[in-house]
Amino acid sequence: MGIKLEVNGRSIEAVKGETILSALNRNGMQVPTICSMKGLSPSGACRMCVVEVEGRENLVPSCSFPIEGPMNIKTHSPRVLRARKTNVELLLSNHPDDCLYCERNGSCELQSLAEDLNIRERRIPGKRSPHKIDKSSPAIIRDPSKCILCGRCVRVCEEIMHTSTLDFAYRGKELRISTTLGKPLNFSNCTSCGQCLISCPTGALIEHVEFPELETHIHAPGKLVVVQYSPAVAISVAESLGYKPGTDLSGLINAVLRRYGFDLVFETSFGADLMIMEQAKIYLERSKDGNDFPLMTSSCPAWVHYVEQYYSDLMPMLSPLKSPQQIAGALIREYLPSVGKFEDKEIISVLISSCIAAKTEARRVEMSRGGIPVIDLVLTTRELLRMIKLSGLDLEQLEPELPDAPFYSQGSAGKLTGVAGGEIEATVRTIFNQHTGEEMSPSKLHRFRIHKPFREMTVKAGKTEIRIGTVSGLSNAAALIEEIRSGKRKMDFLEVMACPDGCINGGGQAIPVNEKILRIRSKAVYDLDNGSKLHTAHNNQVVQDIYRDFLGEPGGTLSQELLYTTYSKRDVLL
Amino acid sequence: MQTDRKFLLKFAQSDPSELSPEEIRRGDILRKIHITKPLIMVNSSTSGIVAGARHTWEAIEQYTADRSIDIDLAETGSIGLSSEDPVVSVQLPGRTRIFFRRITAEKVSSLLDDLFHHVVPEKNLIGQLLCEGQEPWNEVPTFEDIPYFALQNQIVMESCGIIDPFSFEEYVAGGGYSAFLKIIRSYTFSEVCELVSDSGLRGRSGGGFSTGEKWKAAFQTPSDQKYMVCNAEESDPGAFMDRALMEGNPFQLLEGISIASYAIGSNRAYIYIRSEYKDSIKRINNSIKVLREIGLLGDNILDSGYNLQISLRKGPGAFVCGEETALIASLEGRRGMPSSKPPYPSTSGYLGQPTVVNNVETLSNLPKIINYGPDWFKGIGAADCPGTKIFSISGRVALSGLVEVPMGTTFDTIINEIIGGVGKGRELKAIHVGGPSGCMVPKELMKIPVTYESMKENELVMGSGGIQVMDDKTCVVDMVKYFMEYMHKQSCGKCIPCREGTRRMAEILGSITRKPADEEGHTTLERFKGVMQLESLAEVMKDTSLCGLGQNAPNPVRSSLKYFRHEYEEHIFDRRCPSNSCTELRSWFIDVDLCTGCSICAKRCPSEAIIGTARHPYFIVQEKCIGCGICYDVCKFTAVYYK
Repeated sequence: MGIKLEVNGRSIEAVKGETILSALNRNGMQVPTICSMKGLSPSGACRMCVVEVEGRENLVPSCSFPIEGPMNIKTHSPRVLRARKTNVELLLSNHPDDCLYCERNGSCELQSLAEDLNIRERRIPGKRSPHKIDKSSPAIIRDPSKCILCGRCVRVCEEIMHTSTLDFAYRGKELRISTTLGKPLNFSNCTSCGQCLISCPTGALIEHVEFPELETHIHAPGKLVVVQYSPAVAISVAESLGYKPGTDLSGLINAVLRRYGFDLVFETSFGADLMIMEQAKIYLERSKDGNDFPLMTSSCPAWVHYVEQYYSDLMPMLSPLKSPQQIAGALIREYLPSVGKFEDKEIISVLISSCIAAKTEARRVEMSRGGIPVIDLVLTTRELLRMIKLSGLDLEQLEPELPDAPFYSQGSAGKLTGVAGGEIEATVRTIFNQHTGEEMSPSKLHRFRIHKPFREMTVKAGKTEIRIGTVSGLSNAAALIEEIRSGKRKMDFLEVMACPDGCINGGGQAIPVNEKILRIRSKAVYDLDNGSKLHTAHNNQVVQDIYRDFLGEPGGTLSQELLYTTYSKRDVLL
Repeated sequence: MQTDRKFLLKFAQSDPSELSPEEIRRGDILRKIHITKPLIMVNSSTSGIVAGARHTWEAIEQYTADRSIDIDLAETGSIGLSSEDPVVSVQLPGRTRIFFRRITAEKVSSLLDDLFHHVVPEKNLIGQLLCEGQEPWNEVPTFEDIPYFALQNQIVMESCGIIDPFSFEEYVAGGGYSAFLKIIRSYTFSEVCELVSDSGLRGRSGGGFSTGEKWKAAFQTPSDQKYMVCNAEESDPGAFMDRALMEGNPFQLLEGISIASYAIGSNRAYIYIRSEYKDSIKRINNSIKVLREIGLLGDNILDSGYNLQISLRKGPGAFVCGEETALIASLEGRRGMPSSKPPYPSTSGYLGQPTVVNNVETLSNLPKIINYGPDWFKGIGAADCPGTKIFSISGRVALSGLVEVPMGTTFDTIINEIIGGVGKGRELKAIHVGGPSGCMVPKELMKIPVTYESMKENELVMGSGGIQVMDDKTCVVDMVKYFMEYMHKQSCGKCIPCREGTRRMAEILGSITRKPADEEGHTTLERFKGVMQLESLAEVMKDTSLCGLGQNAPNPVRSSLKYFRHEYEEHIFDRRCPSNSCTELRSWFIDVDLCTGCSICAKRCPSEAIIGTARHPYFIVQEKCIGCGICYDVCKFTAVYYK
């Protein structure tokens, strides 16, 4: 501490070496930013955060200017405001005007900047660069005409997701964000994690909306429209609907979805419970082999995609299980018709997920039965919110409802999968039970719940020790894998989530997300578990019923046929 | 080479007084002062080659082979007179060397016929270079008689065009490498920093930052590995002094890099060069190879304990890669985009380590500063800005090429006295200094002495020293438009003001140098709105752009608006180009006497502006004409003319 800054006549304290922006923000002063994002390296590209510093000839970008000594700063002088306004106007001169039709209408940062800076006319005329929309990916649509080239997606993809699908290409007015050699997204090394999408300030990156297709199925005669939604969705919609962030709205969502016209409503957590059962079985089998490399979870589709591209030699170490949503999807297809009286109806299986990679996953050939996808439609949390708005329902007037039989699940084990580290925690409970025959106290793993991208712990289950770990963010995962490979770190069981903090920060979540909201969400998931009466998958009556009536036993023939999958190396330009 | 090696190293390390007369004579032979057979040198640098030097070379080979004359034929660099290439110099045993201009292949035989009969032809003659121990030619002007040479003070370019750039022996015999060997034997790192700082040498790439201070900053940053980078990414259109130095005297540059590397305590140096400079690359690669063989590059150089490796890195040829942070990014294998400063490269540059980036001209100054001392250097040029500066001059001038003058010389001297002013019958309008990010200097300001400070005081920039001369037939707006278009194509696109600003400016300038399709309604309004914005856009771009490229991009617009506002106004209000060089603003007419009424112009006119009846003279409706000039191109009877 100790450097005095004079900002707009007020004096504040700053730390040597920190940026002007961070000193301003800490002292409750705001300057607009576009290209700067917490957790990413500063780029200084957008020039929105410029401030006037006495003694400097030009305006300086506060996001990347380190404080070395006392300064006299003006953040909102006429000169600064004119510069900001002109720069936004310059951006707008190459931006379409069709805000009304834009996906991001209302949540667009460019729109709100234009509003804040009181831009009321297209002052700078000019030609707009022509661009083609890339709709090739099942998950993400890229519309370069709306791109303002802030480079947030580029840095997220490189620094956090270690994938570098996107980068700048060409110069001057030709500058664009491009995949390698300008290939369409589905031919690129994109893992569909969607982190670029939630970091995009405008509508240049949006999801492939499947919502309109849903409307052709709802209420259609002869169709049974079944929906499942993932646990991370239920706790992530609260703030967008005017509730306290982190409120679990699963009861209301059940009610809304029924009113909207879905015939059956399930929570994906029953699939997660089944996955935990199978995972425990697989772990026990594998641990007998005495492998050096840990068993790695496969519930995250983006992570699976990433392994198939970058670590194809590690595919055998990946758990052969499908993701919870696909396990649930398989049972909806195969088991549901036998327990209800709707055999003659065509089942339309819908998934609502916080994961945008689930859209790509649903189209994998491994996830189909006879070439037909097991899950027909995948919607994101954002599409659910739109659906709720469209339904015209007043949530205040609705009573929470329970999901439908036969997949009515009461346990909290499956719900834990929404947060990074949750899946492994729930699985360890079942492994513990199988080792010792006793139930593990849930509090035993509370130490594992700290808010960090990488955590590890050694759990004692009777005489055996299980070294567990969880990592989120693909860059962190890649670094960890290198450490494990080089023998610096030893582990038995590793959970990997592509998105930082797991599904609660999935690419399909409502925009904006920030660290504060993520902390609240992860606490909400843990609170749900703390308050639950049933902490384990193996004690879940629904799970036991399914094994008794249909699957047989974990790892059995039918399980292997329906719940297991295979991986293959993906040959793409990396 | 092995026997030579010993001699050359001794020669470089010794004071002339320590050498035996025999050794001095051997040095003179290597310097080609004493020769036994005729020596012909051809300027085979880029400017020579484009003028046909390769054919000249072949013609000379053919000539001597046909007549079985034994000569030495050698390559050399440019003496600076680029418009007079191919320059060929001939030295007969015992006589001074004579330079000839524009010796294309067909002129070779008559030239050599004369010379081998000891007759100096007056045609194409430049002059003779006097040299001790050589007999001068009568009636041949010496370099001191020619204003172009006499008014220059060639320090850095002294040997360019005189020596063979491939010959290390010639460089050493001329005093080369004595500076580097001196410092690694008897100077500490900081002493060299101090010495160069004391000399007042400033970066020649435009910023004018003190070279010694830059070095000190890097030297004082603690780090295991420091890097020296030579910026040879000379990408200003119209600037070619670095190329001439690399092609004319590459060893001087490498010695300069070695000195700079030593000063900052770095043992890794890179030359970042644009890949288009194929001939420079060839010469530098050759020099590095030779220096490695001799042992002046590598580990433990001449048992001094100092290691140095120099490598060449080819850049993609992007204007922005001349900016040091973008250059470093490109060197690291990333996209050449600048990053915010601070941190400056001298504390965190290549791979995050302290890095000094100096340009070719700056580094080429170093050997002489070390050899002759800082006081000698301070004696040249202006007080706050010692030394010389090379300007590359092109445009509407009598001679175009390179001029090296002491700092503080006026543009007036450079243009009117050294170069010989504009072409006959023309009038000088202005000069444009500093390339696309430079400024227009009107005639009135050409009297100011050229230093970094005086330029800044007058809101001008020196840039890298490219000068384009404009006469009364050059349109200011057209020129600015060209630079703006160049800039917006070269902008890396990272920051908004540069990417979008240059583009909009280019569009605005385009719109005022073109006739509108219709004068009514929206387009006119938009056009006027645009013109009104030029100044405010320029200010914001200067204020907020990330790097020097964007900050200086509006310079041509700002300076020309300041000094040549009337030309803009004429374009805007009268729709007329005063210099008649904006083709799209010309008014086209059909000469009634010449038109045969063939109707081809009417058929090809894209705006249906030409009317008439077949076999009778046609007529252009000015209101409809868009000024494309197609009618002019297609008319077989030269009946179409413009005003």
